[in-house]
Amino acid sequence: MQYLPNILFAVILIAGLGFFIKNVKKLARNIKLGRDVDVSDNKSQRWKNMAMIALGQSKMVRRPISGILHVVVYIGFIIINIEVLEILIDGLLGTHRIFSSIGSLYGILIGAFEILAVLVFVSVILFWVRRNIIKLKRFWKSEMTSWPKNDANYILYFEMVLMTLFLVMNATDVHFQSLNSGNTISQFIAPWFSGLSDGTLHFIERGAWWIHIVGILVFLNYLYYSKHLHILLAFPNTYYGKLKPKGQLDNLEAVTKEVKMMMDPNIDPFAAPEEATEGEGEVPAKFGASDVQDLSWVQLLNSYTCTECGRCTSECPANQTGKKLSPRKIMMDTRDRLEEVGKNIDANNGTFKEDGKQLLDDYITKEELWACTSCNACVEACPVSIDPLSIILDMRRYLVMEQSAAPVELNNMMTNIENNGAPWPYNQMDRLNWKNE
Amino acid sequence: MSELLKVPTMAEFMAQGKQPEVLFWVGCAGSFDDRAKKITKAFVKLLNKANVEFAVLGTEESCTGDPAKRAGNEFLFQMQAVTNIEVLNAYEVKKIVTACPHCFNTIKNEYPELGGTYDVMHHTQFLKTLLDEGRLTIEGGQFKGKRITFHDPCYLGRANNVYEAPRELIQKLEAELVEMKNCRRNGLCCGAGGAQMFKDAEKGDKEVNVERTEQALELKPEIIAAGCPFCNTMMTDGVKAKEKESDVEVMDIAELIANAQDL
Repeated sequence: MQYLPNILFAVILIAGLGFFIKNVKKLARNIKLGRDVDVSDNKSQRWKNMAMIALGQSKMVRRPISGILHVVVYIGFIIINIEVLEILIDGLLGTHRIFSSIGSLYGILIGAFEILAVLVFVSVILFWVRRNIIKLKRFWKSEMTSWPKNDANYILYFEMVLMTLFLVMNATDVHFQSLNSGNTISQFIAPWFSGLSDGTLHFIERGAWWIHIVGILVFLNYLYYSKHLHILLAFPNTYYGKLKPKGQLDNLEAVTKEVKMMMDPNIDPFAAPEEATEGEGEVPAKFGASDVQDLSWVQLLNSYTCTECGRCTSECPANQTGKKLSPRKIMMDTRDRLEEVGKNIDANNGTFKEDGKQLLDDYITKEELWACTSCNACVEACPVSIDPLSIILDMRRYLVMEQSAAPVELNNMMTNIENNGAPWPYNQMDRLNWKNE
Repeated sequence: MSELLKVPTMAEFMAQGKQPEVLFWVGCAGSFDDRAKKITKAFVKLLNKANVEFAVLGTEESCTGDPAKRAGNEFLFQMQAVTNIEVLNAYEVKKIVTACPHCFNTIKNEYPELGGTYDVMHHTQFLKTLLDEGRLTIEGGQFKGKRITFHDPCYLGRANNVYEAPRELIQKLEAELVEMKNCRRNGLCCGAGGAQMFKDAEKGDKEVNVERTEQALELKPEIIAAGCPFCNTMMTDGVKAKEKESDVEVMDIAELIANAQDL
């Protein structure tokens, strides 16, 4: 009977981790629905980017207020998790504060955790104030209603509660308080509970301890359903992020093959298509992207990494001037559609059943796509190397090359280029006339 | 004036069995747009002044394909690219300078994979090199002490991290360089990129070029300096929309330097 708490703890832990792993597998499966793309180059630069941008938060602090608050929460999150390790061991072995045997260092560590917990708590309150009282514009754009808005606040409440539980747990731990080492903050909370019997204090301490660890497991599993996956995916996402100059858009290889064939004088244009070379050199089913499966897996990883901070949208010239385009919405739509496709696959025994929907039109409209100036402000603004522009471009490619659905003026521009080598209707033979004007 | 311009073509160089030091890629705007042609001429005057042996492709030049690519027409882009690369490679071109950041970005970044690898410079980078090598001198002249703000072209700045060359040139004019609230990597687009130049904007509550021009006008500049023919058009239109054309001029950096020396 005395092992009951240990067994209960182990069961909760296994269930929490098991469910999380199940969702991670689903996440990986969904990301792999994307086209394959070779990102095996420049490993050292990629590790460096991950170290600087994700681990070092270098792009977060470009906006100093939210940046510094975020660094506090981030450091708190990582360091306070050392405490979780102790909780796990205590829970499984039935010990109490097993690391306290390391001596005075323990007090220093817990003391630091307590200070961080308060800093995290204050930062999270400030985040909440920025979102709900000051109502910063980027948190109140049209895509930030209902679930995305609530999701953001739930995460903040979660963090407030977890930090509170950690401090209450320490404050009501009679033995820990009596040692008077490491209770940097909790010594000031302990008096709030004065007058309670040791039994009641123990009950509160145990309660806080259990809710704290269960809360962490719930939070871990909440990640997959929320915008908060960035705490994990920021690392791979910055590793796989674009290394080329931002202005360099990829050249479609399938098009290169066709163009080279058209330009090659040695190829007989009337020759029957070769049938033997199936598999390689195959023309892809479509040019550009109309649905999530047409995007690359890095673009899909981007969509899961987005935490909807809206820095991209607040820098977007189209959005700033009232157009419908919002790079954040491009990422949210991509993820939502990918989730929909994933659920469809789950419901149909592992194969996707045509649902009459796609990313284009059902999620992202042409009006949004055509409003982009390809200025790269969104790409520059993203603190975790997400590239919304690449998705916009791939969808434009589908519109133009598969549907011939470009705006009329752009069709005129392209006809001009085709006919006279300039976007305007001037004769190529007049190209040097300026010299004599 | 025009008879003073020396603008040899690659074909002429080849006929003499010579190679120019650099190919000047004029671009469609620089060749056909009335405003941009002035930038082209200003740059040529500077090249002439510095005795740079350059050549143009003339009628053998064609659109790089940039607006087609950004509009989503990868076929047309690659057709243009492959055709241009054939011409450039036939002339064994090694070094290219252009006054258009879109041509600059496309040739520098997107042509190599298609078989065209060249040393590509924006004209502000090239002028900066001429200055450093002592081949060109820059005087303040009429711009001495003038309040100038520089609008970063997206395809020069964010796209290729070139922020300082244009600014260093402006400072050489002994002008007062003032920065907009959005500058360098945070520069706000003029609204022309991504093929927007060739179409009406989507429905919104403002034009992008007006928004950007307002940022510039906040500084009460006498000149808005640009480094891109399309930005130049957009900012000029923005200044007109704000009815400030009598107070503020939009000028390319090549024009500033050429005019300062009364070229």
